[in-house]
Amino acid sequence: MGAPKMFFAGSGGQGILLMGQMIGAAAMLEGKEATFFPSYGPEMRGGTANCTVIVSDKPISSPLIFESDCVVAMTLPSMHKFEQTLKPGGLLMLNTSLIRHAPKRNDINVIEVPVTELANELGNSRVANIIMLGAFIRATNVVSPENIEKIIHDVFSGQRSALLELNLKAFNFWQQ
Amino acid sequence: MQPIFEYTKGMIPGETNYCPGCTHGISHRLIMETLDEMGKLGHTIGVGPIGCSVLAHKYMNVDMLEAAHGRAPAVASGIKRVHSDSLVFTYQGDGDLASIGAAEIIHAAARGEKITTFFINNAIYGMTGGQMAPTTLIGQKSTTTQSGRTIEHAGAPMRVCELLATLDGAVYVERVALNSPANIGKAKKAARRAFEIQDKKLGFSFVEFISTCPTNWGVSPIDAMSFLTEKMLPYFPLGVFKTPEGEK
Amino acid sequence: MSEKVLMKGNEAFSEAAIRGGCRYYFGYPITPQNEIPEYMSRELPKHGGSFIQAESEICAINMAYGAAAAGGRVFITSSSPGIALMQEGLSFLASAEVPTVVMNVSRCGPGIGGIQPGQADYFQATRGGGNGDYRIPVFAPASLQEGVDLVFEAMELSDKWRNPFFIFTDGILGQMMEPVKLPEKLPDIKREDIKKHKPWALTGYGENDAERNTVISLRIQPDVLEKHVHKLFEKYERAEKELCRVESFGLEDADVVIVAYGIVARIAKEAIEILAEQGIKVGLIRPISLWPFPYNEFKKLSRNTKVVISAELSMGQLIEDVKLGVGERFPVRLVGRTGGMIPSSLEIAERTKKILEEIGG
Repeated sequence: MGAPKMFFAGSGGQGILLMGQMIGAAAMLEGKEATFFPSYGPEMRGGTANCTVIVSDKPISSPLIFESDCVVAMTLPSMHKFEQTLKPGGLLMLNTSLIRHAPKRNDINVIEVPVTELANELGNSRVANIIMLGAFIRATNVVSPENIEKIIHDVFSGQRSALLELNLKAFNFWQQ
Repeated sequence: MQPIFEYTKGMIPGETNYCPGCTHGISHRLIMETLDEMGKLGHTIGVGPIGCSVLAHKYMNVDMLEAAHGRAPAVASGIKRVHSDSLVFTYQGDGDLASIGAAEIIHAAARGEKITTFFINNAIYGMTGGQMAPTTLIGQKSTTTQSGRTIEHAGAPMRVCELLATLDGAVYVERVALNSPANIGKAKKAARRAFEIQDKKLGFSFVEFISTCPTNWGVSPIDAMSFLTEKMLPYFPLGVFKTPEGEK
Repeated sequence: MSEKVLMKGNEAFSEAAIRGGCRYYFGYPITPQNEIPEYMSRELPKHGGSFIQAESEICAINMAYGAAAAGGRVFITSSSPGIALMQEGLSFLASAEVPTVVMNVSRCGPGIGGIQPGQADYFQATRGGGNGDYRIPVFAPASLQEGVDLVFEAMELSDKWRNPFFIFTDGILGQMMEPVKLPEKLPDIKREDIKKHKPWALTGYGENDAERNTVISLRIQPDVLEKHVHKLFEKYERAEKELCRVESFGLEDADVVIVAYGIVARIAKEAIEILAEQGIKVGLIRPISLWPFPYNEFKKLSRNTKVVISAELSMGQLIEDVKLGVGERFPVRLVGRTGGMIPSSLEIAERTKKILEEIGG
């Protein structure tokens, strides 16, 4: 993947945008160009949430994605909406805790991660997104896991530092 | 020899554009004389309206800005944020303040802006030629209520002091009239009180001047004074509607 | 300080304004620019500045009028319908020669329309929606870095020119994140020093200075008003020479030249790469200043140009300036989307090819 174009999608409150922002921030640490563009709609809770992330060694012409290299789907509707954007051979990562249906496409790679169950194993269902982020980084290497860990340290500092250990653990929890 | 009357430094010498019998001249003078007496002319920024007093910046000898119709309280709020230690006032007529600028005056008062507003209520639009104002009385004729204002058609006249007094941010609200030497004396005291309250940063202060418009009422200056006294004052009662707690 | 940070457009633009000297912000919530009033309400007090959540956009621009006339540096923002409400104030500011930087994080109309990005306020921005003869310089950034740099610079330019300046951007740039390098913060101007920098400002004339200031837009005598407007237009004529900005490439041997600004120019660049792979030479003119519009850039079009395409998120507004620039020399065609629909680079490439076929290229 020269300049991977990624969709992260799910529903509001799942921490979708944070996944995208962390990859953007880690890419910046690596001296790469990055864009992050969230969908913005009238819903504050529930509804759909998605964002695009592009990481590249060269300036990025547009943050919009019409053909994607990777889709991370955290809910069934988001899989339905975004799997069609994948290039042949692209990567679809599915939260199989919530998605019980198979994707329509058969020309793509699929990785299944039961993130909600895994998060419950860790004792906090809210880190499902970080478990998925860990799985995604291991599967794609768009940025180095070490740099994501640095960003996790930044995000979970100060008042949120009590959550640091849990999130680091979550990030390294998934083993294929 | 002791001079018994002097032109205030607060007014720029020269003729005004006001009609004979109009009370704008009196209210201008009261306000500017007060600032002069307080030694505040060099530390005041005034905001003029659209309406007959659109040229107030030519008469009032302080830094002046001329705002769009109704917007003076918003403009004054912006000025006050930059110069919190200067006195900032708006001077607005009834169409400007109570109609097109209703949102601006209510929210400036609600925010408790440390500014003073002088409200000239003569129950009619002057400069545009005598159309109905929000304060035009029931039965009063205007060029847009030619048989007289009716409640069915235009609702009842707005009492602005009473409305603003309901807002916590408005700490001083008084209605005065320009129809007699005694009332003019009270009006000047009210202007001073309003500025002093602003100077102490206590909140929003507001003085309504019940005024005349002989030209657009279609009466002589003397009859205009009678109309003010006999028709307007019963509907717009004079008095202090609000004072800051602990400040008398 | 000079390291890059990953920031959301709306927040990066806000920070750039503060670093450019903005101490006063007045705003009313409207999507997709809400991060700006939120940021300003939090940050301005730390810099000795002031924020008011205005009761409407009409009041926001008038608060700006007051604060800027009083010598403060003001940045205000809104999105399309809110910018429509500000037009009365913009006309007053232009007439009274009061500086203020205004930004439109635009969405789609007409009416309340939708909240997705659009460029259908091009006429509103460049022709002015307020009454009377006046002009406002308009900058349209295509990246967060360019937006940060333009907002920062406009704060200074607005004071220098004693004119409102306009930044025309959209929901994508407002909402997206990209690494940006923020400029160093300009030194504060103390309240007592305002008169030194702005002798025209309303500060109260003090004890000894007998000269008072007035800030007005009323000139009731026709000859006086005409003279004032002529004076304004002398300024605008200088602005046309000094403030025009454009990026262009590939004009000398292009089959097609695409004209696009803001986010569309970024998508067009991708389309140009796609077309180059297919052997079609496409040049780009990206106006950075929408007024003054870079008409002179069109003189560089080669004789072999077959068509000039205006690519925009509207039904043909930019195209009017493109036609003024091109004149009768070449055909001009529109590639437009509206309603919040954003064309892909592939769509722009395909529609370009179709246009070429139609005109027999």
